[in-house]
Amino acid sequence: MMAQPIAASKEPEAATPALDVSGLSVEFPSRRGTLLAIDDVSMQIAPGEILGVVGESGAGKSITGLAVLGLLESPGRISGGAIHVGGRRVDTLSEKELTKVRGREMGAIFQDPLTALNPLFTVGKQLVETIRLHSGMSKEAANDRALALLQSVGIPAPRERLRQYPHQFSGGMRQRVVIALALAAGPRLIIADEPTTALDVSIQAQITALLRKLCDETGVGIMLVTHDMGVIAETADRVCVMYSGRVVESGPVAEVIHNPQHPYTKGLMAAIPSLHDRVETLAQIDGSMPRLNARPTGCAFHPRCPHAGPKCSAATPPLVSVGVTRSACWLQQGGTQ
Amino acid sequence: MTAYVPALTVDGVSKVFDVSAPWLNRVIERRPKLFVEAVSEVSFTVEKGTCFSIVGESGCGKSTVARLVTGLYKTTRGDISFGTGATGRPIRVQMIFQDPHSSVNPRWRVGDIIAEPIREMKLRDTEKETMARVRELLETVGLGADDAQKFPHEFSGGQRQRISIARALASEPELLVCDEPTSALDVSVQAQILNLMRRLQDELGLTYLFISHDLSVVRHMSDHIAVMYLGRIVEQAPVEQLFTAPQHPYSKLLLATIPDIQNPKRRVEAQTGEPPSPLNPPNGCAFHPRCPIAMEKCSKVMPELLHAAGHAKVSCHAVAEV
Ligand SMILES: Nc1ncnc2c1ncn2[C@@H]1O[C@H](COP(=O)(O)OP(=O)(O)O)[C@@H](O)[C@H]1O
Ligand SMILES: Nc1ncnc2c1ncn2[C@@H]1O[C@H](COP(=O)(O)OP(=O)(O)O)[C@@H](O)[C@H]1O
Ligand code: SF4
Ligand SMILES: [Mg+2]
Ligand SMILES: [Mg+2]
Repeated sequence: MMAQPIAASKEPEAATPALDVSGLSVEFPSRRGTLLAIDDVSMQIAPGEILGVVGESGAGKSITGLAVLGLLESPGRISGGAIHVGGRRVDTLSEKELTKVRGREMGAIFQDPLTALNPLFTVGKQLVETIRLHSGMSKEAANDRALALLQSVGIPAPRERLRQYPHQFSGGMRQRVVIALALAAGPRLIIADEPTTALDVSIQAQITALLRKLCDETGVGIMLVTHDMGVIAETADRVCVMYSGRVVESGPVAEVIHNPQHPYTKGLMAAIPSLHDRVETLAQIDGSMPRLNARPTGCAFHPRCPHAGPKCSAATPPLVSVGVTRSACWLQQGGTQ
Repeated sequence: MTAYVPALTVDGVSKVFDVSAPWLNRVIERRPKLFVEAVSEVSFTVEKGTCFSIVGESGCGKSTVARLVTGLYKTTRGDISFGTGATGRPIRVQMIFQDPHSSVNPRWRVGDIIAEPIREMKLRDTEKETMARVRELLETVGLGADDAQKFPHEFSGGQRQRISIARALASEPELLVCDEPTSALDVSVQAQILNLMRRLQDELGLTYLFISHDLSVVRHMSDHIAVMYLGRIVEQAPVEQLFTAPQHPYSKLLLATIPDIQNPKRRVEAQTGEPPSPLNPPNGCAFHPRCPIAMEKCSKVMPELLHAAGHAKVSCHAVAEV
């Protein structure tokens, strides 16, 4: 692993991104060779911004989030690139330093709220402990903050709720508690991995609206990982589309949705049934995302791509600017021949 | 216009589950028996050759209806009957599940998985004819005839769903009950399966009872939609009408909260409440605690499902009967 010194940020606060990932690679060594799960991924999130990370299952969305949090499970490891959170390099920290930074600077929300909650303690106790661990507040002050947090995430009767256990909350309310926990230490960055996938639509709408509100109010940056383009459309400011471990397109949400550049994004958008008009057959991308051990050479999308040419299987297209978005496709870089 | 021929008639069907704690616990803790009415007085008919969908949030009773129709559960009250099929016998029904793993035995070769219903029901006379039929079914669902030799784990999730569709078709059903058939699949694969299901409907004249929580999928597939809330149908309408002019406040809430890619709503948090527990349903209209236009009557009297504007049926005191 790299042994660079920890770069201390000297820039003014406002210019420092909440998250800066550059050239990140993650690999899983195995007996049959090393699998590259994340290949040269870069993304930035400004304070108060929601970056959507979208793609089909196996694209590498969760691994990207876990790498940022420093929670990759062995044998998975970062094999290249750098991760800065609030200007501070985190991928080179020791486990001990990382644990501190993770609690204070980063919060995490996962699909299943129960993974983040301890069933044996009241919600109030868990909030108060998290707050005190990272702030050194007195018990009373931490209690007040816990109450304020529950209020800000829209939990009715928060005073009574503080004394209850996780199982006494509904799925939607539990996810609100997890959001309160993620916010407890006043982090710069929240990684939210499929936070609404297990919830019903009317509850999902409440949670995504809450994330937006908190982002606007606290200036926290959010990485919103989801397979659901609709959630991205309604919640994110910018979006990264991932395919087989790489970012294939990124840009402002409306632009990527209404004017996609990469053939995969185009196919993905056309495959989603519309709420407004009905077509006889949906546009379909044949095949499915390759497994890691069978990733095609060059552009990993080429076996499914209607535009693929000889160049596509020979070389991997870099992510370059195309108008206001960025796209990784030879079509926009001199052709596929 | 041709006459309305029902493939399926569900008439006043209810299903009650006993969810009591074990006998000993009840005695020790002095707790009464506990029942949940998962489906209450549900009635609808599905016209032959069409797709009828049921939508609603989890726990509203969609899967229970599917299992009642396919005979996996017995009704507590009410009747379920099938129309007459092509051969003059009642229409046969088969089910496709969300998770292809649950309907596909991982230790069997794909050919045997598909052949089982054919052998079981003696639909072919010889083993040679059976295997020819298996190859034909594999091609029908977009797989290769030689895939019969492989095991399920050699296929992706979308291909496995094709295998379970081939198996469902093997018994030559005319009505397919599909419970969230694409919910476990990625969008690009979902499009492949939805296109396949549409093509099969046209080619084989199938009737679908389709269940999904995804309204854009439902809009794509259905002719008619029933919206369920806490075990009851609250609105039933032709697909276009339901999407352009929903009448029940719950249908309106559902349509207002689904993420819309084309016209994203970046609104402030909607205070829409949460569905109540089916163990303890509210009095009157079950939706009244979440309803923005609830009146006094709503918490006292259960509204009936009555004919409303257009071709809809709606169960709401605030919607006029026509
Ligand atoms: N522990 C592991 N060992 C080997 N491969 C893994 C491991 N965890 C994840 N992967 C692989 O990494 C890829 C990306 O996974 P993930 O980030 O979870 O995808 P998603 O976009 O669905 O969140 C997948 O192909 C997955 O199979
Ligand atoms: N086998 C069962 N035993 C007891 N309760 C059940 C059973 N199946 C479903 N239920 C209950 O019936 C209600 C409806 O469930 P279900 O039909 O699965 O809803 P949906 O498919 O709409 O999510 C739920 O409250 C569920 O807990
Ligand atoms: S690089 Fe080639 S294969 Fe890849 S998306 Fe572009 S045209 Fe298609
Ligand atoms: Mg994931
Ligand atoms: Mg269900």
